[in-house]
Amino acid sequence: MEFLSFLIKRVLWSVLVLVGLSMVIFVIARVVPGDPARMALGPRATPEQVATMQAELGLDQPILQQYALFIEGLTRGDLGKSLLTERPVNDDIRETFAATFELVLCTMILAMGFGVPLGMIAAYWKDKWPDTAVRFFAIFAAVTPSFFLALLLQILAGYVLHLLPTTGRLPNSMEFEASWTGLLLIDSLISGRLDVFGEALRHLLLPALALAAATMGQMARLTRASMIDVSRQDYIEAARAFGIPEWLRVTKYMLRPSFVPPLTIMGLEFASLIGGAFVVEMVFAWPGMAAYGIRTILQKDLNAVMGVVMVSGVFFVLVNLAIDVLVGFVDPRVRIRGRR
Amino acid sequence: MSALLSVRDLSVDFTTYGQTHQVLHGVSLDVPAHAQIALVGESGSGKTVTMKAIMGLLRQPPAHIRSGQIFYDGRDLLTLADNERLALRGTAMSMVFQDPMSSLNPVFTIADQMGTILKYADRRLGRSRSARDRMARVHEVLAQVRMRDPERISASYPIMLSGGMRQRVLIAMALLSEPALLIADEPGTALDVTTQAQILRLLKDLVTQRGLALLMITHNLGVVRETSSYVYVMNKGRVVEQAETATLFANPQSDYTKSLIAAVPRLTGGTRYGTVTP
Ligand SMILES: Nc1ncnc2c1ncn2[C@@H]1O[C@H](COP(=O)(O)OP(=O)(O)OP(=O)(O)O)[C@@H](O)[C@H]1O
Ligand SMILES: [Mg+2]
Repeated sequence: MEFLSFLIKRVLWSVLVLVGLSMVIFVIARVVPGDPARMALGPRATPEQVATMQAELGLDQPILQQYALFIEGLTRGDLGKSLLTERPVNDDIRETFAATFELVLCTMILAMGFGVPLGMIAAYWKDKWPDTAVRFFAIFAAVTPSFFLALLLQILAGYVLHLLPTTGRLPNSMEFEASWTGLLLIDSLISGRLDVFGEALRHLLLPALALAAATMGQMARLTRASMIDVSRQDYIEAARAFGIPEWLRVTKYMLRPSFVPPLTIMGLEFASLIGGAFVVEMVFAWPGMAAYGIRTILQKDLNAVMGVVMVSGVFFVLVNLAIDVLVGFVDPRVRIRGRR
Repeated sequence: MSALLSVRDLSVDFTTYGQTHQVLHGVSLDVPAHAQIALVGESGSGKTVTMKAIMGLLRQPPAHIRSGQIFYDGRDLLTLADNERLALRGTAMSMVFQDPMSSLNPVFTIADQMGTILKYADRRLGRSRSARDRMARVHEVLAQVRMRDPERISASYPIMLSGGMRQRVLIAMALLSEPALLIADEPGTALDVTTQAQILRLLKDLVTQRGLALLMITHNLGVVRETSSYVYVMNKGRVVEQAETATLFANPQSDYTKSLIAAVPRLTGGTRYGTVTP
């Protein structure tokens, strides 16, 4: 019951954040750079052409009305038309979004799946060599820019060792329509194409690793600090006194209360993951939102930019909502008190 | 003498930052079966270190047991292997923790925590029981510590319970596997006076009813008077006096004990150091 009201609060909060985001995007895109129509058409366009495009886009209407139109479109899931291609922004984004989503999702799984155990190992052998090794790795991962790591991995694992493919989501020779979720890993399993699954995984590995490294290091450091903190709590000593075996104390009694800080930070890290994904996608020729996003930014296709930012924002908010729910599940104090 | 627990000449050092301090200087004390013994002394006198040494909870390093023996049921605990030692914890001897607010894991339900303790205690004793039987036992013990609604309590997270209820849960945890010896390190000092008095009464009743031996660790002479028949007074890592509780109050020998007793009346009258009357 208290979990339900906790959930409702979080959902309302997310909606509020999205409304705020839409305003910020709108102001930045419409008010700051001047006239989108003129920018899209370029310096050689005649005033008539500009006026036609302004009318078409509703730019001749009062600003509040424009915002209302924008919001109305958003609620219908309509992001408007690209100023350049005249194609609906939705169509362009839909194709690329799934690729980015799949990449970022795998990145999060990698970052958590390796970062947290590494942090546990470091905390358990605090000040011994495994701790030193993990801390060294964490710092190394944090200071290495993802584009550099991407290039390094591409050259090493791809060109030198020929271990893994270095571009795209699937080999060109492979025919597969990801028609359910757009995620190759899931759709290939649904349609029983294990060969596609394997190839998709092989293609994902390098970009996901390049993108995950920094966050993985961050997760390791946070988990380590958090575990060490929890290990000094009375309840861990009490568990020892009550005869709970050590492995269980570490993997259950210490891990779960330590899990909230890394999980929360994971949600926040997500924003920089999306940013990083743009770079990594360029390096690995990953057919995600990055190429599209960067092209639209360079060409000042403001409708498309707004679309990309809005979709990234929704993505961010949804992931954080999911993480909030997970945090509430992991730590009952959060859902009972509403905070830690 | 055949006490259930017998600590002989226990000396313990602590080494921190390269400095070694001796915190226990040849402590000896006996807890006969079914007896209620108190260990009293001011803060820093070494009570908790003594308790941890008995329970096998001292971390070495920084602690180092320099000399002494701790006999339980005739066996010297200090010569046992780690797993033999672990086997006694919670089953032969249990402890009641001082701070109910921080001694329960905040992210698991009471049922989960008690069930896990019982599961591993059973395993050490070579017993096994189904998850359902474990829950039945958990509810049974929660009822024994006078919790009105064991099912609801066990489904709760610690944060949903009051301090007094959490302290009862901690006592229930200690009793799960029917240990012969209960060591209580200042139970309830984190609670208000009334609740603390209830907890002490509960402990005393449980110990009497079930014929347990109790080692009550406290800095409060009021608690000593209420809960023990024999008392050891500790100061700066040494046992400075030992006597029947009544004798100690009537006729204290050491200056330290006299000063402790002299301190009591000045602190009574509403403070938590007052004589505890349930
Ligand atoms: N982990 C430790 N490292 C170093 N010294 C310690 C450690 N634990 C205890 N000591 C020292 O041992 C001495 C006795 O401490 P202990 O905790 O046994 O006192 P106590 O009688 O239980 O006091 P209190 O009533 O405050 O609980 C203290 O001087 C303390 O500084
Ligand atoms: Mg103490």
